[in-house]
Amino acid sequence: MNIGRLIIREILFRKLSFALGVLSVLAAVGCLVGALASLRNHDRRTERIIAAKQAETQEKMELLADDYRRITLKLGFNVLILPKDQKLSDLYADDYATKYMPEEYATRLAKSRVATINHVLPSLQQKVKWPETGRTILLMGVRGEVYMRGAGQKPLLEPVQAGKIVLGAELHQGLKLKVGDKTRLMGREFTVAKLNEEHGTKDDITAWINLAEAQAMLGKEGQINGILALDCTCADARLPLIRAEIEKVLPDTQVIEFASQAIARAEARRRAEAEAVATIEREKQGRARLRSEREAFAAVFVPLVVLGCAIWIGFLSLANVRERRGEIGVLRALGVRARQVLWLFLGRAVAMGVAGACLGYAAGQVAIAGAEFNAPLLAAVFVGAPLLAALASWVPALLAAQQDPADILRQE
Amino acid sequence: MDIILELRDVQKHFRRSDGVVRAVEGVSLRIGAGEFVAVQGPSGSGKTTLLMAAGVLMQPDSGAVVVAGEEPYKLSAEQRAAFRATHIGFVFQQFHLVHYLNVLDNVLTAALASRAADAKERANELIKRFGLASRASHVPSELSTGERQRVALARALLNRPKLLLADEPTGNLDEENGRMVLDCLAGFAKEGGAVLLVTHDPKAAQVSHRALRMENGKLAGG
Repeated sequence: MNIGRLIIREILFRKLSFALGVLSVLAAVGCLVGALASLRNHDRRTERIIAAKQAETQEKMELLADDYRRITLKLGFNVLILPKDQKLSDLYADDYATKYMPEEYATRLAKSRVATINHVLPSLQQKVKWPETGRTILLMGVRGEVYMRGAGQKPLLEPVQAGKIVLGAELHQGLKLKVGDKTRLMGREFTVAKLNEEHGTKDDITAWINLAEAQAMLGKEGQINGILALDCTCADARLPLIRAEIEKVLPDTQVIEFASQAIARAEARRRAEAEAVATIEREKQGRARLRSEREAFAAVFVPLVVLGCAIWIGFLSLANVRERRGEIGVLRALGVRARQVLWLFLGRAVAMGVAGACLGYAAGQVAIAGAEFNAPLLAAVFVGAPLLAALASWVPALLAAQQDPADILRQE
Repeated sequence: MDIILELRDVQKHFRRSDGVVRAVEGVSLRIGAGEFVAVQGPSGSGKTTLLMAAGVLMQPDSGAVVVAGEEPYKLSAEQRAAFRATHIGFVFQQFHLVHYLNVLDNVLTAALASRAADAKERANELIKRFGLASRASHVPSELSTGERQRVALARALLNRPKLLLADEPTGNLDEENGRMVLDCLAGFAKEGGAVLLVTHDPKAAQVSHRALRMENGKLAGG
């Protein structure tokens, strides 16, 4: 005879009490395993969804790239018309033309109805110091589009109204300006009308204002230093053909290619990619929020169930101790040590924990469809559940061990 | 004759809300090896308290208890438990068998403390000696009262104690079973053990070598 045998015999004798305890551990372990399995399932599902989304986006991007390629093939050139004496090396070094031509050229070009040009945009551009902020910027005066085909033509570029300013990303981010804010530039007050997003080009340090205001501020009344001719539609031979046509109308100018298909295509791709990334990111955030909600629920629910089960096991153990008072008395009289009595009850609780851990783990796995076998969790449950049951039974077991056999035997 | 149990001026009082109960008042007693002593007395005379004190279950307020030459109350609680397991056997009126264990396992509960190597052989031998061989696998609820007391006796004798303490062992038994239990106690004494029996039963006193009377916590006669 030993304590283990005594524990087994007692469990077989009081099956209901033991089963209630096992049920309690089962509930606690089942909840824990179920909650963790559910979270793991969520993670796996998230990985699958994101991977599918990424694959789908990749596929769409390839299709889009192909579409853009086809679309931009049909686009004409964008060309920049500069004064004839403008050295291109200076243009590329300074980022703006240093020679000027009359603003009237733009009107002349538009009126000439050159067949290969659809849009005419005159501008005055100069690198200046923004004295109020200490920054060097590209100041761009624009007047919008000079229409070639009457008022019905859809504009490619909105004009900047007098007193308004449009800012590149570097400028509005650095100066923390928002739409509607007032700002002073070279002594004049402007209202911020628009904030451009980052392009990674000189546009980021460009401020657009009304052409007439720019001419006045730079002392270049009636002067411009570039005409942007957009959407030039010629099927082949391209630049030489456009150049020839323009030079007929504006003989003291030169024509260079500017921001044509490759740039348009790259920009379109960049935007599509950004949208795709944002869509995936939104999906990730949505899934993360859902996981966080589930985790928060489990973080409250599981400990509550575990606590409830521990209390229940404590009560069951206390009832068991009370029921076995006579047995404790006689065992103590026979010389059984207090420590052995303590183990008699703790051993029962551990057995309860082991049985509950087995069944609870299985129940948790079965309850959550697609739950995978998790060896570390199984090991943790096999250690944790008996430990929890033993802790919950500790006080009743201690009370049993401390009972005075003489008192029991006199009263029984 | 070796002295197995010696009580020297043992006193045990209980404090209650209505005053002090003087359960054992200056009792001295010596029981030698092979001696069977019966203590008789009315209920509340202090017999059971005396038995508990002699059985190393209840420390007296004063006086000394010597069992087999040792003073067990000078030992730690754990050592006292071990001492009880190896030196003292108990038989109770209510048998105090473990409900869920069969006869063999009930007898073997005494080995939980002693961890005697030959416990199982000894248990089977005692079961046979008490005529319980055919009932070895039965639980207490399947036994007659006489059989239950015999199981309790076998359990008390498993560890070959020097001292057997019996508290009204015949109180719940018919005459035949009562006689059998008393014969067993007498047999134990004959084999060299010491028996202290507390009882109401006059027949039990007749079987003993020495009958003492206890009243109001004091021992008289003998």
